[in-house]
Amino acid sequence: MHATSAFAAGLLFGIGLIVSGMSDPAKVIGFLDLAGRWDPSLAFVMVGAILVGIAGYAVARKRASAFLGGAMHLPTARQIDRRLVLGSLVFGAGWGLAGFCPGPAIVSFGAGQDKAVVFVIAMVAGMALFELAEARKRR
Amino acid sequence: MRMQIDWAHFTPWPSLAGGILIGIATAMFLVLNGRIAGISGILGGLLRPAAGDIAWRVAFLVGLLAAPALYALVTRYPSPTIEAGYPLLVLAGLLVGAGTRYGSGCTSGHGVCGLSRLSPRSLAATLAFMAAGFATVFAVRHVIS
Repeated sequence: MHATSAFAAGLLFGIGLIVSGMSDPAKVIGFLDLAGRWDPSLAFVMVGAILVGIAGYAVARKRASAFLGGAMHLPTARQIDRRLVLGSLVFGAGWGLAGFCPGPAIVSFGAGQDKAVVFVIAMVAGMALFELAEARKRR
Repeated sequence: MRMQIDWAHFTPWPSLAGGILIGIATAMFLVLNGRIAGISGILGGLLRPAAGDIAWRVAFLVGLLAAPALYALVTRYPSPTIEAGYPLLVLAGLLVGAGTRYGSGCTSGHGVCGLSRLSPRSLAATLAFMAAGFATVFAVRHVIS
């Protein structure tokens, strides 16, 4: 059941990304280009998602277990540290360069776009480099 | 300097509707599975595989991959404009992959889920990646070219 529900959530999430326009890098860059002709659309995506998300979290926070069983896996980290800020800055730079963040990139991979396939391969390689660095640190 | 709005490309209603769908997906994943729909974390976690922690990740990602096919059954899939060339896409992909894992999240995990939880940590992350995104596009569009 967990996998079925995860598939449905991923599918709906992906449809949302396509409907919203976020799966088009030109639209994302139009939003990030404050000094050019600015397209504020993506702020509406965030507002819509967060309003529903707040309701979902209000339900989730009162529960000790998930509706399909198993623990609630809510993030516990609270500190705002160097890793968080530096990592996010690096992510933002990459986001601005291509107009892809992870979700839309995977959706566009699914649409069979060559450029998205290349981006996703590089993104997974970047994640693997992070894992290598972490594994080296732990030794 | 006066801000110029790109009215020709401004799509408030489809974007709001898409956002609501994304919100429904994250809310249902949270209450049904007890998980945060953070795409970089879901994908990146597969590179550190643990027993019993793989199927749901793969299922969610297959859902994302299948979305264009389902969308195309109903209406024409919008053709995107990807200006970046291949070398830039590789660089951007590496930065997005490493940065999201180092910073523990991306637009979905911090931006949507974290802000929905009113998490100060996710707000800090979101402000950081938004600022870097604005600065990068400014540099590429208005300084370099």
